Amino acid sequence: MVGSEVILLDFWPSMFGMRVRIALAEKGIEYDYKEQDLPDKSTLLLEMNPVHKKIPVLIHKGKPINESCIIVQYIDETWKDKSPLMPSDPYTRAQARFWADYVDKKVYDALTKSGTLKGEEQEKAKKEFIEILKVLEGQIGEKPYFMGESFGYADIALVTFYCWFYTFETLGNYSIEKECPKLIAWAKRCMQRESVSKTLPDSKKIYEFFMEMRSKLGL
Amino acid sequence: MGKDDVKLMTMWASPFCMRVKVALAEKEIAYEEIQENDLLTCKSDLLLKSNPVHKQVPVLFHDDKPICESTNIITYLDEAFPAKPLFPECAYGRSRARFWADYIDCKVHPAGRAIWSTKEKDEVEAAKNNFLEIMKYLAGTLGDKDYFNGDKFGFVDILLIGLTTWFPAYEKYGDFKLEDHYPKLAAWITRSWARETVSESLTSPEKITNLVIMLRKMHGLE
Repeated sequence: MVGSEVILLDFWPSMFGMRVRIALAEKGIEYDYKEQDLPDKSTLLLEMNPVHKKIPVLIHKGKPINESCIIVQYIDETWKDKSPLMPSDPYTRAQARFWADYVDKKVYDALTKSGTLKGEEQEKAKKEFIEILKVLEGQIGEKPYFMGESFGYADIALVTFYCWFYTFETLGNYSIEKECPKLIAWAKRCMQRESVSKTLPDSKKIYEFFMEMRSKLGL
Repeated sequence: MGKDDVKLMTMWASPFCMRVKVALAEKEIAYEEIQENDLLTCKSDLLLKSNPVHKQVPVLFHDDKPICESTNIITYLDEAFPAKPLFPECAYGRSRARFWADYIDCKVHPAGRAIWSTKEKDEVEAAKNNFLEIMKYLAGTLGDKDYFNGDKFGFVDILLIGLTTWFPAYEKYGDFKLEDHYPKLAAWITRSWARETVSESLTSPEKITNLVIMLRKMHGLE
């Protein structure tokens, strides 16, 4: 079976797993998707990612690749004949890596704090998150995508957070579109690509998942 | 300022700057060093302009175009100057190198800082154990090889070696010796320091330890 050459260990609401799914879709790669039950990690997951014990893990011809941005780069280098995800010249590639790294360092914590903290701390967290988004918005500027005309690596790193915005906007009682309209316009532009729209779950479904998880954890 | 004019903005104690210097030396790329001497109170206009997002060294300038973040800089150098490659050739080998690069970048320096930045005995002990746990994984992936890449000094070695200038300070305040726990990793440090590209690029560990003593005094820990 062609699909079993490529296996993805993943968890449907994970914005990190979604990055890999988008990359695989962009390249038209068939794969075997294995949903992981995260509180109860499988033997396969623990064997394939013994250091971090996290999804996503891509298994290609039996060998594991870990960490979503590293997986996306691996996919781009291995299936290089179709839909390049990285720019071709070294300087622009360095810029793409810089912005994906910025997203990785800043967005997750800032987004989640903007919805989960309370009172003054929450207001501060919202302000910080919007500042981060404005930096990203500034980088995109008037271009259709981060690096110019082509959808690619840096876009993939950020766009998967888009389906989680509704959850934290609702919890934090604010509107990201109001503060960063160009960023939302960019996200909607990305959603016009099938690889993105078919990968990102519905925002309300993410919200329901998150609220159920919090209730189970007694939060 | 002709083609391939390379400058590197550095600060002497930064292991992230040191690793870029090692990479430049390994690839035999000539460059001019611009030293930032006062990162705590007064960052230069050039630094703030060329790295407005993080405001940190190192910053590489290639024909006046800035590239930031040390791991990103070294990857850029390997692509822009393909001779004497630092990365493995195959995509899978590169993905493993990037994995360990990410692990080293996320874990080593913060874990080390936790050892010397407190006076509380139980905090020091916990920090030391955490640091040794990280070393366990690095020793595990090094195994019996001469270098992380195999028999060739490369990307992962370069990322880690600069950080080892801070290790004697961690050993001093954590009261341990790395070679007692992971002798092969300690041997890798010695082997790497024997390379001229490393010994000429790295600040002496004595100078780093003196800096740590000074920082502890500043924070009332000595």
